[in-house]
Formats: sequence, C-alpha cells, structure tokens
Amino acid sequence: MTVSVTPDTIERELVEFLETRTKAGWTATRDLFGEGGLSSLFAMELVVHLEQRYGIAISGADLKLANFRTVRAMVELVVRLRDGG
Amino acid sequence: MTAAAREEGGPLVVVGAGVMGTGIATLALVHGVPVTLVDLDRAVLDRAEVAIARNLRTAALLGAAPPDTAPGALTTSTSLPDALTGSTAVAVVEAVTEDPATKAAVLARVSAAVPEGTPLISNTSSIPIDELAAAVARPADLLGTHFMNPAYLITTVEVVPGPRTAPDVVASATKLLGELRRTPIVVRDSPGFVTSRLLHPMINDAARLVEEGVASVEDVDALMQGCLGHPTGPLRTADLIGIDNLVDALDVLHLRTGDERSRPCGLLVAKVRDGHHGRKSGRGFYDYEEALP
Repeated sequence: MTVSVTPDTIERELVEFLETRTKAGWTATRDLFGEGGLSSLFAMELVVHLEQRYGIAISGADLKLANFRTVRAMVELVVRLRDGG
Repeated sequence: MTAAAREEGGPLVVVGAGVMGTGIATLALVHGVPVTLVDLDRAVLDRAEVAIARNLRTAALLGAAPPDTAPGALTTSTSLPDALTGSTAVAVVEAVTEDPATKAAVLARVSAAVPEGTPLISNTSSIPIDELAAAVARPADLLGTHFMNPAYLITTVEVVPGPRTAPDVVASATKLLGELRRTPIVVRDSPGFVTSRLLHPMINDAARLVEEGVASVEDVDALMQGCLGHPTGPLRTADLIGIDNLVDALDVLHLRTGDERSRPCGLLVAKVRDGHHGRKSGRGFYDYEEALP
C-alpha cells in the first residue's frame, strides 16, 4: 500500500466495494446492519477485505461490530491501524 | 463452562468436518472446550481448520464469545478409532452427510468404541432418531440435536430424544448445551422434528415460486423479510443451509411423510447438480463471489 491512499480514497473504494457486493446504493454514514439490512455474517467478509486491501491486521478489541457499522467507521479503523502499523 | 469442568472434561469429539461439524466445533472451542474433529479426508480437515479460525474471529466480532475465556484446543484426525481412544470424550457429535445410511454407519462405529453412558449425539435436520438407534449398540445413549447454521451464533437448539433414549443422557446433553450457552428445546422424535418440518417445505415452495416465474429470488426474500419479518428470506436461508443438504433433508421428509410439498422441486435439484450449493460453494440462489473457507 502506498502513502497516496487517503481517507477519501478509502471511503470511495469502500462505497464501491459495498455497491458491487450488495447491488445497492451506499453512503459513508448509512448503517450497514440496521437500516442497510446486511447480514451480520457479512461483517466478517468486510474484516477480511479490509485486511487484504489495506495490509492491516484487525484483532483484539478492534474486532467488534461497531467498527464496521458504517463506511466512515471502517475508514477511521483503517487509518488508525495503518498509522499504528 | 467453568475452568474446573474444563480440566476434568475430555474433548468433545465431532465427526464430520463439513459446515455443521466446523460450526459445532467452533461453538465448543469458543467456550473453552477442547475439540477433536474427525473426517476421513485430510483436505476437508485442512479447510475446516481455516474455517474454524475464521469462525472464531466471527464469534469475537459479533460478541458470541464469552468474556475471559481462552478458546479450547483443536485436534484433527482422519482416524475415528484414534480420536476415540485418547481421553474420554464428554460427548460425541456425529455431523456427517444428511444420509440415513451414512449416519447409521458412523454412529455404529462410534457406539462400539465409547464407554456406556457417553452421549452420542446425531446432528440431523430430518432423520428420526429411533431410525438411527437401530444401528447403535446402546440406543439409550443416542439422541439428536438440530443445530442451525452458524451453530456458534444461533443460540436455540432443537433437541430430540428418541423413544429409547435414557433420561440421564438427555440430561447430560442439555447440561453440555447449557455450558455452551445454548437454549435447548426438547421435542418428540419425528421426521424433520419441528424446524425442518415447517421450514423445509416453505423453502421448497419459495424455490418453486421462482421456478414458476411468479417472482425473482430477490423479491421472494424481500417480501418474506419486509412483510412477514423473516430474518433473511427463505432463499438466502437455503444458501446458508446448503442446497445439497436441503435436498437431502427434503428427500428424507418426503419419503417418510408422503408430503408432496417436501418433494425437492426441479430448481433445487438443478442447483445441486450444477454445484451451486449456496454460501459454502460461493454460489446458490445468490452469488457470494468466493467460497467460504
């Protein structure tokens, strides 16, 4: 992963990923599992996708649904783990 | 499960490393119970180890793991005798293919190898327990469970004693389920018990509606979710169950009840033939892009 990936890029990529996988429209703040109606099992696919796409490891206390509830929350997690790593 | 119980208890032996075997193994491991997972096929066990590692993370992610509990140790084996000759199993769960002859053969071998009083649990969605009891050395030790997939996330479990099952074996099994934080609901032995008797013909009807062109897959599920409060829709549920397993269970039901609604419809049979078995194969009624490990 290069330093040129900004939070805005991650946000755009994640919205595109969700739209491809769910064939529905998404915004950065739409609740995936509440109003979005996605299965909570899909959250694990998101974990794996973020790890592979952004070269991070999500574990311990970070492995909680709240971190994957919106695109915005996922962007924050990715940015934090990339900075920390 | 308490630390003391863990120290005293032997492993839970799970026979069959498919979707249900790996899910039940995950459930026990999450609760600190050691598991010996048995399958004839080393490649299946290798995939199961990957799946279980992922399932353990999913359980953590979704808050399904008890706090302050280290996962139990997982051992895999391609030899049923080896798996049963180590420390005494707390129970043996048979989770092989939903085929009466296959299950009966495995149960007979397990029954011959474990001490009397070891609960022998057949995980089945449809096969009457007393039918399987004919194959085992001690019908009193055999009972059925019907875990839903994913077993480590769905907290209610259908429990099925046969007419010859001993009450203390039912008590041991329900105690074990309690230690795994499941809520057992005991029902009388019959084809498909309660859940499959109700759910499977309904899924079959849903597939038939698609086959007849009444509605699309997505619309059938959207109507059942949006109008009737079904959590995932029947066809997405079919993908989660595994369409091959669903057809096997429908065959069991149809053969034993004569109910035409349980005769697997053409679309389900075609999906099995084409290898579109649902989530586990990457495609069923929906496309999952990649097969789950």
